[in-house]
Amino acid sequence: MDLLTTPFLTGTANGAILLMAALGLTLTFGQMGVINMANGEFLMVGAYMAYLTQQVLGTSGLSILIALPVAFIIAGLLGLLLEVTVIQWMYERPLDTLLATVGVALVLQQLAQDIFGAQGDPVTAPSWLGGRLSVFGYEWPHRQLFTIVLALTALGALSALLKYSSFGRQIRATVQNRQLAETLGVSTRNVDRLTFFLGSGLAGLGGVAIALISGTNPTLGTAYIIPAFLVVVVGGVGQLKGTVIAAWVVGVATAFLTDRTSGSTAQVIIFALVVIFLVIRPQGLFTVRTRSLA
Amino acid sequence: MAEPMLELIGVTAGYGRSMVLFDVDLAVPNGGAAAVLGHNGAGKTTLLRVAVGLIPVRSGTVRLDGQDVTKMRPNRRVRKGLGYVPQGQLCFPQMTTLENLQLVSNVRSEIDGVLDTFPALTGLLSRPAGLLSGGQRQQLSIARTLLGQPRLLILDEPTEGIQPNVVAEIEQVIVDLTARGDLTVLLVEQHVGFALRSTDRYFTLESGRVTGTGEGGEHSLDAVRQAMAV
Repeated sequence: MDLLTTPFLTGTANGAILLMAALGLTLTFGQMGVINMANGEFLMVGAYMAYLTQQVLGTSGLSILIALPVAFIIAGLLGLLLEVTVIQWMYERPLDTLLATVGVALVLQQLAQDIFGAQGDPVTAPSWLGGRLSVFGYEWPHRQLFTIVLALTALGALSALLKYSSFGRQIRATVQNRQLAETLGVSTRNVDRLTFFLGSGLAGLGGVAIALISGTNPTLGTAYIIPAFLVVVVGGVGQLKGTVIAAWVVGVATAFLTDRTSGSTAQVIIFALVVIFLVIRPQGLFTVRTRSLA
Repeated sequence: MAEPMLELIGVTAGYGRSMVLFDVDLAVPNGGAAAVLGHNGAGKTTLLRVAVGLIPVRSGTVRLDGQDVTKMRPNRRVRKGLGYVPQGQLCFPQMTTLENLQLVSNVRSEIDGVLDTFPALTGLLSRPAGLLSGGQRQQLSIARTLLGQPRLLILDEPTEGIQPNVVAEIEQVIVDLTARGDLTVLLVEQHVGFALRSTDRYFTLESGRVTGTGEGGEHSLDAVRQAMAV
C-alpha cells in the first residue's frame, strides 16, 4: 500500500507547489503572451522571505504565518518592477520576453547568492508543522499537508477574486480579448501590472512552502519553472480549472515515476508524455466553449 | 457654433507601412447621427478604429468634443464619452451575459435600464456569452456599450450577419437613441437603406478618401447608390 500512498501524497504536495507557481504564469501567459522565466525566482524570493522572517522573529509558530503575506508582497512587488522596467516594452514579442526574463532570473540568482551565500539555509518548521499524519501506513509530514492547504486557499482566493470582483472581471476580459476590454474603458496597462503583481505574489507563497520542505537555495526556482510551464500548457492557457488538474497530475506522475526510476528519468518521461498529449490535444485540457470565434 | 462631437482633421492612417486612410476630413455634429458608407476595403472600419484609438494616426488630428485625443489610449477616450460597438458581435465568451455587462457598470438600476432596451437579454443573464446566437451577442454588445453612458456611440456594421427581425429591433434602438438628442451616433453599415433611415448625415468613403457627404434619410438613397455605383 505504501508504494502507492507515498508517491501519491508527496506528489500531491509537489503538485500544490507547481500550482502556486503556475497560477500566475497562466494569467500572465494567457493575458499578455509573456513567457516569464523569472517566475521560478519569485519562488526563491518567497523562500528567502520565510528564512528572513524566521531570522527576525525566531522559529516561533507565528513566523511562518507572518512570512506568507511578506513573501506575497515582496515577490509581488518584484514582479511589478519586472513588468514596469522590462516586460512592458516587449508585449507581442513572447520570445523576447523569454530571453529577457532568463537574464533577469540569472541576475536574481546571483544576487541571492551574493547576499545569502551559495549553500542555502534551512528554514525550521514550527512545532505545529513538525508532526506527521499516518495515512495508510505512510507518515505524512504536516508540512506537506500545509502546502496543499496553502495552495487550495490561494486557489480559492484567486478564483473568488476573478469571479466576484470588478478587478477580477477586468483580468478575465483582458485575457479573453484585450482590445475589446480596452474599448470598454478597462485600463489594460493597469490590469497587466496588477496581474503581474498577483502572479508573482502567488509564486512567493509557493516559495514559503518550498522553504519549509527543503530549505532555501539561490537556484531552487530552476527546478520548478519548466514543470510550471508544462502545467500551464497542458491545462490550457488562461484556464484555472485545467491548471489545477494539470498541476496535480504532473506532481503525482513525477512522484510515481521518480519512485520507480530516477528524478531525471522521470522528467524525461513526463516531457515525452506531455509532447504526446499536446499532439493529440494542442489546446490543452480546457478551452473556450463558444458558438463563434468571438 | 458648437464643436463637432467627433472631428478627424487631415487623418492619414493604416497598418504598418500600408496606409488605408489618406488625408481624411470628417466632422460629426453634436447630437446628430452620421453614417459612413463605402465598398468593402474602402477604409470604413479603419476610420472607426482610428476614431476609437485602436489604430494610431500617421498624421492628422482626432478631436472628441473639441478635445485633441489623437495620442489618447482607447480606455481614456471611453472615459471622455466615447462608446464603441465593434464589428463581429464581439463579446467575452467565457463570461456570462451579466458579467459582460458588469464589466462596464455594476449598478443594478443601470443594468436594468439597458435590459429594458434589449429585453431579449433578460433571460440570458447567466448564460456564457460565447453560447449566445449572433443576434443576441450583438444586442449584448450594444447594451454593454450603452451602459457606459456614452455621448458618442460608434457602431461598426451592427446588422452584419443578423436575422431580419433583430435588425429591425437594432434599427429602432438606434433611431430612439438618436431622438433623445444627447447622443451622437456614427455608423458604418453595408446596408445603405438601413444606414440612411437611421441617420441624418452620410459620408461616402472610397479608397481611403472621403468622396462625398449629404443629408441622411431615405430620399438620399438614389444619390448615394449613384455615388457608390451600386
